[in-house]
Amino acid sequence: MTPMLSTFLLLSAALFCIGLLAALSRRHAIFILIGIEMMLAAAGLNFIAFWRFGPQPAPPTGVMVTIFAIAIAAAEAAVGLALVIAVYRHYRTTNVDQIDQLKG
Amino acid sequence: MTGFLDQIFVLAKARVLSPLAHGPAWLSALVSSLLSIGLLLAVFLSLFAAMSLFERKILGRIQNRLGPNRVGPFGLLQPAADGIKMLIKEDVVPWRADKVVHFLAPILMAATAILTLGIIPYGRNMTPFAIDGGILFFFAIGSTTELSVFMAGWGSNNKFSMLGAMRAIAQMISYELPLVITVLPVVMVVGSLRPDAIVAAQAGYSLGILPHWFVFTPWGFAAFLLFFISGLVESNRTPFDVPEGESEIVAGHMTEYSGFKYATFFQAEYFGMFAISGLAVTLFLGGWHAPIRVLELVPSYLWFFGKLGVLLFVFIWIRGTLPRTRVDQVMAFAWKFMLPMAFACLLAAAVWHYGGRRWIGWLYSLVVVGVAYLALGQLLQTGKRFAPRTYRYAE
Amino acid sequence: MNSVAFIALAVFTLAAALAAALLPKLVHAALCFAAAFVGVAGFYFLLGAEFVGLVQIFVYVGAVAVLIVFTILLTRRETEREPGFHWSGLLVAGAVFAGLVWAIVKTGGLNRAAPPSVTLTVRQIGEALMTDYVWPLQCVGLVLTAALIGALVLVMEEKR
Repeated sequence: MTPMLSTFLLLSAALFCIGLLAALSRRHAIFILIGIEMMLAAAGLNFIAFWRFGPQPAPPTGVMVTIFAIAIAAAEAAVGLALVIAVYRHYRTTNVDQIDQLKG
Repeated sequence: MTGFLDQIFVLAKARVLSPLAHGPAWLSALVSSLLSIGLLLAVFLSLFAAMSLFERKILGRIQNRLGPNRVGPFGLLQPAADGIKMLIKEDVVPWRADKVVHFLAPILMAATAILTLGIIPYGRNMTPFAIDGGILFFFAIGSTTELSVFMAGWGSNNKFSMLGAMRAIAQMISYELPLVITVLPVVMVVGSLRPDAIVAAQAGYSLGILPHWFVFTPWGFAAFLLFFISGLVESNRTPFDVPEGESEIVAGHMTEYSGFKYATFFQAEYFGMFAISGLAVTLFLGGWHAPIRVLELVPSYLWFFGKLGVLLFVFIWIRGTLPRTRVDQVMAFAWKFMLPMAFACLLAAAVWHYGGRRWIGWLYSLVVVGVAYLALGQLLQTGKRFAPRTYRYAE
Repeated sequence: MNSVAFIALAVFTLAAALAAALLPKLVHAALCFAAAFVGVAGFYFLLGAEFVGLVQIFVYVGAVAVLIVFTILLTRRETEREPGFHWSGLLVAGAVFAGLVWAIVKTGGLNRAAPPSVTLTVRQIGEALMTDYVWPLQCVGLVLTAALIGALVLVMEEKR
């Protein structure tokens, strides 16, 4: 049984939902960022799977989008973590339930 | 005859694999990989043992004393004594340490260091694993070292370990950028990420005695120096060994490790040195090519290991000569000097390559590197005045 | 494509991802997160996109995981009480998973096997980046520069 396209799509759906689980059910800001990164990786896996199982020879669109997605995810992780550090300096906590005031 | 000696390992492996030719394809691929890995491990583990002895002897000679000379003739059995000592030491794990993380850190570090050795061409047709993105593989696996340093520091549940690990990671991350950017000129000029192609692009001799190695070009010379210094930092060697200097922070992230795990950390560090030196030889020093055309009789792997030995000797020489730098001086050096200089090398390589590689291209690239170096020297001056140096010799 | 490799990688990746989502201690979760991304990179190798797999390891495991670990260290309290776990997230994630599985199973034409193996060389990726995708490349460069400067500005201490 060689894996089919639907197998890869199910796998990336599972990874996406595990990322969603991490983002929704944890209260530490960094855990939520971990969940978001996992969701981005699952989407990238989807792109590559569709590129591979599409008609060959294919233009490298899927690969290109994934490369850019990885770059953007890294930039977003950097800025997100900088935000977490800046917020921690002010509130002295990383529990997102306690960061509930707009006034500094 | 020389061709036979040159390809003796390739032919031996083909001879061993020939009975499996009519078996399943995956079996011969597996056996081939296992043979390559086995030979690689055997060669580099013995090189590690030899290096641990020769480092101490050479350091001793630099410091005007003999090195270890009790065990065996001229101390040649010292590595065996060291190995036995490390094996029979008690393995102490702190009570409140994180057992799994504490255990996995040296293993992960040694494993990733050995992985990076797989893509280096050791001789003609002797690359263990020729991947299309070989250089990128090297840096991708090498960048996981920081994670294992963190695991070592955090898993020990010790403030000194954590502080040492943070310093080590900051230092390694800062120097990853110059390390990767100094490789970019070579990749750009060759047009491929395969180490085999990079070595093949340095073949050929001018007038029979001047090899076409990249280190003999202006940008290549600067890039080689920058790559070598970044390699020194990545392996945590003096003068950048703040993470592991005893007078600084006990032993940094390796404080709470004893016996065989400590030996594994040092093995990982030495393997990192071998890998960086091997990559420097591949990228800049012509790989397994001979320096002069007439010396091509000597087998290619001997040239590779000869050049590797020279680079390792320079590593040890620098360790014995230079004092340790302060950690903020290390970071300032990386971000303020090495990164702009690396970009200048990239520009110089482009000028050289697209100037048609004639004398005008050489002149322009020399001008670019020289101007960048002088400008950085002027901009980074601190204006401090130092007293004239005085030397006192041991009487 | 090798199904043994696929099953092994799938088990490893999903187990590491679940560990990253569910483990109570933050540092363990961050390390399992790095392991999950090594698994995803393995899938990229399996699918023939080796360059993307190497970039994934370089960026995620070598950079993003180290960033996360550093941030964990810098935002630690002396009393290590990790915030709690809300089980309502499990319901939502389960519902989304059920919806996605239904969509995948219902869509026809997805049960095809892989066409013969294709290798995308780094040279082809480089050529595509410089010809068809040069505008996205420059934009990503700008975004990364902006993110770099922005992150530095956010974290810099205010000068009193």
